[in-house]
Amino acid sequence: MEALVASAIGLLTAVGIYLILRLRTFPVILGLTFLSYGVNVFLFTSGRLTVNAAPIIGRSEPYADPLPQALVLTAIVISFGMTAVLMIMAIGGHLEAGHDKVNIAKDDDTQTDPQTETQTGDRT
Amino acid sequence: MSHWIIAPVVLPSLVAALMVITMRGDLLLQRVAGVASIIALNGIALALLWAATVHGPEAYFLGDWPAPFGIVLVLDRLSAMMVALLALLALAVVLYAIGSGWDAKGAHFHPLLQFLLMGIGGAFLTGDAFNLFVFFEVLLIASYGLMVHAGGGTRTRAGIQYVAFNLVGSSLFLFALALVYGVTGTLNMADLAVKLPTLPEGDAALLRVAAVMLIMVFAIKGALVPLQFWLPGTYANAPGVVAAMFAVMTKVGAYATLRFGTLVFPPSLAATGDLLSSLILPAGLVTLVVGAVGVLGASTLPRLVAFGAIASMGTAFIAIGAFTPETTAAALYYILHSTLATAALFLVADLVTRRRTHARLDDTAPPIAQSGLIASLYLAAAVAMAGMPPLSGFIGKLLVLDAFRDQTALIWSTVLGSSFLMILGYARAGSHIFWKASALDAQPEEPRPEGLAFTATIGLVVALALLTILAGPITDWLTETAATLYAPDGYIAANQLGQER
Repeated sequence: MEALVASAIGLLTAVGIYLILRLRTFPVILGLTFLSYGVNVFLFTSGRLTVNAAPIIGRSEPYADPLPQALVLTAIVISFGMTAVLMIMAIGGHLEAGHDKVNIAKDDDTQTDPQTETQTGDRT
Repeated sequence: MSHWIIAPVVLPSLVAALMVITMRGDLLLQRVAGVASIIALNGIALALLWAATVHGPEAYFLGDWPAPFGIVLVLDRLSAMMVALLALLALAVVLYAIGSGWDAKGAHFHPLLQFLLMGIGGAFLTGDAFNLFVFFEVLLIASYGLMVHAGGGTRTRAGIQYVAFNLVGSSLFLFALALVYGVTGTLNMADLAVKLPTLPEGDAALLRVAAVMLIMVFAIKGALVPLQFWLPGTYANAPGVVAAMFAVMTKVGAYATLRFGTLVFPPSLAATGDLLSSLILPAGLVTLVVGAVGVLGASTLPRLVAFGAIASMGTAFIAIGAFTPETTAAALYYILHSTLATAALFLVADLVTRRRTHARLDDTAPPIAQSGLIASLYLAAAVAMAGMPPLSGFIGKLLVLDAFRDQTALIWSTVLGSSFLMILGYARAGSHIFWKASALDAQPEEPRPEGLAFTATIGLVVALALLTILAGPITDWLTETAATLYAPDGYIAANQLGQER
């Protein structure tokens, strides 16, 4: 079981890193998702792998470490939220720029002048 | 047990929630609530600073659970100082945002700022490594919102890079925490400090991997080379006032490095030894050089200030990386100074860019309104950032150099040489914006009524001046703070480990 779980974590992380290094936003987001899956499983295993063990003292012998399960729960919620934020921003960026390339071209890097600021920004 | 320790976390979060629910669309009410909350935060921060100085470290047990199992917040001199710095900077930023109208250019500026304060304050106060991760995420998600505040294509896409990069950092943080937990079975920082010296020999390698991963995470936050490349794009494209607030976010990385380097992985720990300083010190030197060269070559004023921020983090990390009480005291002074100076320079850069037709430095633009006042503010902030007398940057660099008196060749030449490059860079930008512009035959546009924005910027410069004038008492206090960091018994005792309460 250890070898299986370890190689699964390694595979998820490798796929995640490969996708993060891509040049388009969508694969990057997928890569981050894979990476967060990998890290969640890894976090889960930090309390040692057990079979048929409840994370409650007295319910089963031996019992599983409950803390990594609480940590993983928090991490899952956070990574879901973050992925959603990133997805929304990626859609916004795609709609504004017309493409989803990751890099920012030299000429639109310098564009912070007050004119565009007032055109795009002002609510009033 | 003082309940005020949790106030810097609870107060902004309550105010932010209240703003979102009841003050939607009413900007005036949001402004009043935001300023009131930040003024209250300043008061609380001062009270905590006083309490930490007089009573020493104190822990706050959430839900009254005993320490290694429950979550604790720990107030000591370092965290109290960082919270006070945060509150002071937030006051300047919120006043500037109101004065310049930045908060009207998009929805939810004030609630997001409050959530950012909650996250940063929590990160400074928490005594639990996993909660540090959670507060990192809280401050990051607020900063994502602030980063793309007021919209625009470039800003959104720069924001995506920032978010993606930080998400990778968060994953790395979780990997490191899982390793630490797998090895030690605890994530309470005081408990780690107790358990790590008794670690079996076989786990030392795992621990070293975890330590390096943690330092990489903090290096991402603190923009340490080679993980600094997200910063210029992010800070230069963020609204000026948000970039000023972000000046304290890089210091979260510096704070966490200090905390872990002195408490969890102290130089006396056999498993890590001088591993941390052998990584951080050279990286800090390279960061400083990269920042200085960037200041010299930046194409726009906000980019120039962003590279200035990288250079200041380089200096701070050099001083942190040595991990001795003397260098740490210098690092703390430099952190105080560089946060305020970077923020002041970002606010000045915002005052300039919003008055110019374009932000580039290679093409002369017509003179700007109120150029005399803005030029003097720029001069003061640039003098502080570059580390020239009479402002606090000089004293900060002097303290750093003094702390490395036995390593003059490499560190002194890097610090002094990069200062020279930065003086050139700031002088080039200043003469381009303020002198070359006046050679153009054009009338500046009407000055805008921005009293509050100027007050905030001048206030930061005055704070820098105060930091210089009071350098004596402040360094005395910081020396004692650094001493408590290297004798963490008080911090550990405050957690009351393994005691039924």
